[in-house]
Amino acid sequence: MTELEFLSWVRGPGFQIATVIFVFGIIVRLLEIFLLGRKANLAEANGSEMSGGMRAIFSRMAPESDTMKRSMFTIVAGYIFHIGLFIVIFLFAPHILFFSDVIGFSWGALPTPVVDMTSVITMITLAAVLLHRIKDPVMKYLTKTQDYLVWLVTFLPLLTGYLAFHRVGLPAPSLLALHILSVELLMVLFPFTKLMHAFTFVLSRWYNGAISGYKGVRS
Amino acid sequence: MSTKLEQAVHALKEQIDAPVASFLSSCVHCGMCAQACLFHTETGDPKYTPILKVEPLRRVWQQEYTFWGRMKKMFGLAKPITDEFLAEWEELVYDSCTMCGRCSMVCPVGNDITYMIRKTREGMAVSGHVPDGLVGATTRAVTIGSPMGVKFVALEAQIRHVEKDYGYKVPVDVEGADYLCMLSSMEIMNFPEYIGAIAKIFDHADVSWTLSSKAFEATNSGIQIGVSDIAAELVQRIVSEAERLKVKCVISPECGHAYTAIRWEGPNLAGKKFGFKVRHILEVLDELRQEGRLKTEGMKDNRLTYHDPCQIGRRGGVLEQPRNLINMVASDFVEMPDAGKMNWCCGAGGGVSTNERADEIRLKSFQRKKEQLEAVQAETLVSACSNCRIHIEDGLEAYHMDIPVISLTETLAEHLVDKE
Ligand code: SF4
Ligand code: SF4
Repeated sequence: MTELEFLSWVRGPGFQIATVIFVFGIIVRLLEIFLLGRKANLAEANGSEMSGGMRAIFSRMAPESDTMKRSMFTIVAGYIFHIGLFIVIFLFAPHILFFSDVIGFSWGALPTPVVDMTSVITMITLAAVLLHRIKDPVMKYLTKTQDYLVWLVTFLPLLTGYLAFHRVGLPAPSLLALHILSVELLMVLFPFTKLMHAFTFVLSRWYNGAISGYKGVRS
Repeated sequence: MSTKLEQAVHALKEQIDAPVASFLSSCVHCGMCAQACLFHTETGDPKYTPILKVEPLRRVWQQEYTFWGRMKKMFGLAKPITDEFLAEWEELVYDSCTMCGRCSMVCPVGNDITYMIRKTREGMAVSGHVPDGLVGATTRAVTIGSPMGVKFVALEAQIRHVEKDYGYKVPVDVEGADYLCMLSSMEIMNFPEYIGAIAKIFDHADVSWTLSSKAFEATNSGIQIGVSDIAAELVQRIVSEAERLKVKCVISPECGHAYTAIRWEGPNLAGKKFGFKVRHILEVLDELRQEGRLKTEGMKDNRLTYHDPCQIGRRGGVLEQPRNLINMVASDFVEMPDAGKMNWCCGAGGGVSTNERADEIRLKSFQRKKEQLEAVQAETLVSACSNCRIHIEDGLEAYHMDIPVISLTETLAEHLVDKE
């Protein structure tokens, strides 16, 4: 396979396969959750499930003060790399071009140097997160192979994207192809790993808030 | 697989619902829940990380309810659920968790871990891997009617004492009373003053109330151990008595887990909505306060703080009432750091206090409460759970601290003005 053939494969069939797995995988996973249902609560309510649930979706973004003190690194680093990923994925001009091809509309991009810098910060933060996972006793104890795998497939698109943008090492089409391939890897693994939290966190927070809200507690 | 193990797996499977599946799908292994749990913060041992305590439930969920997990199981790649594995988890699920709910408040993806630990216990109980202390308490609750083996004759004797000491009648089995007052064995045996306090307050406020000779125990060992059938039977005893005596409301005593048992789990265990209300004693007292039916005099002027029992506050929703009541009788009321819905557990709830094997870690984890108390230099600690109270007294003694621990209901009773 030549360099260009490789690029057109990852852009064509490769991308289609990844998209199908990504979309169907997520739908299946969400169905697996919803179809389980839950029993109606027969206890007399002391508050609203709906407002408790909706509230928790947002309130969990702001940890209370004791948690903030005890988990400072996790919270700050978590914020940085999540926002970083958002900027790099959705506010980089070439990415917006790509999305608008698929969904038919576009939005404003951030200046490229800003995105470039963001990607570097995000990579550094992810590296720190990895180090924390290896060093911290609780994290070390909790960590399974999947955690490293997920870290890797999140990191690779950033790295390959950075290399492709700066044309380091390989000819441009190969770099671009590798970048797209790494994204496809992320998409394929997404439904089968904890990456699913990007969708299910909304459900979890809602359920948590609803369970508490029913009893009149804001969680 | 032995039948018992199969049944345990089945029991765990039965517990899995949409919230559990979404929680387990969401966990990112960030470790923040560990920082919320006193069993981890006070020991530093990572094995006490809350989310790890639900590992038996997680494995069943993964192997039974996820596509990937089922594939792995088919090819023999899934981690098996063995008897040894469950045996190893017994200590984590029972000794080092009070079901306090604090971890559920901090998880960034919103996991209600406590909800899952409660469910994990259902499977553990079926597997037979449960602490002896809890088995004993549960057996006594079923056969005798009280986890401490307290029979009605013992309560009767206490009632006679109380009537003599306080000079108020303690009504028993009065049909048509408004309130059916429940007790915990711990109150009957260790703090009968609570019964005296109730008699005094209800006389003062002209409340029609009664005890029941057939159902006086409010705590529910079935929930602690994780056997819903037993829990349902214990709840049903209260329901039957409430219906027989035609009361409007059942009052949960100064006990946290009893409140969760009858107020929040009760109707779901019994499988029907109750025809009567269930309120915690603090809720009833605060209603009386609002109606102007509590007249107090004098104030405690030493530095007093309030320990929120987890099941009454964070897991129960009774957070403002105790504060309203304390302000009636204390002039120097201070809040500990993290007070209210983020309060730290005393370390003895959820069956831990009935499990002698957990004594060491129970006292170790008390350091958290110690630090909270020291932060405000409390001179008196008031609370509303006799289980918290006994354990806190124990902890204070172990750490050579001299702080009296008092009941809010009793304190209020002391400050009532005499009726003309
Ligand atoms: S419920 Fe409380 S004791 Fe149990 S794991 Fe969570 S924080 Fe720890
Ligand atoms: S805090 Fe939540 S997401 Fe983090 S490890 Fe605990 S359960 Fe998982």
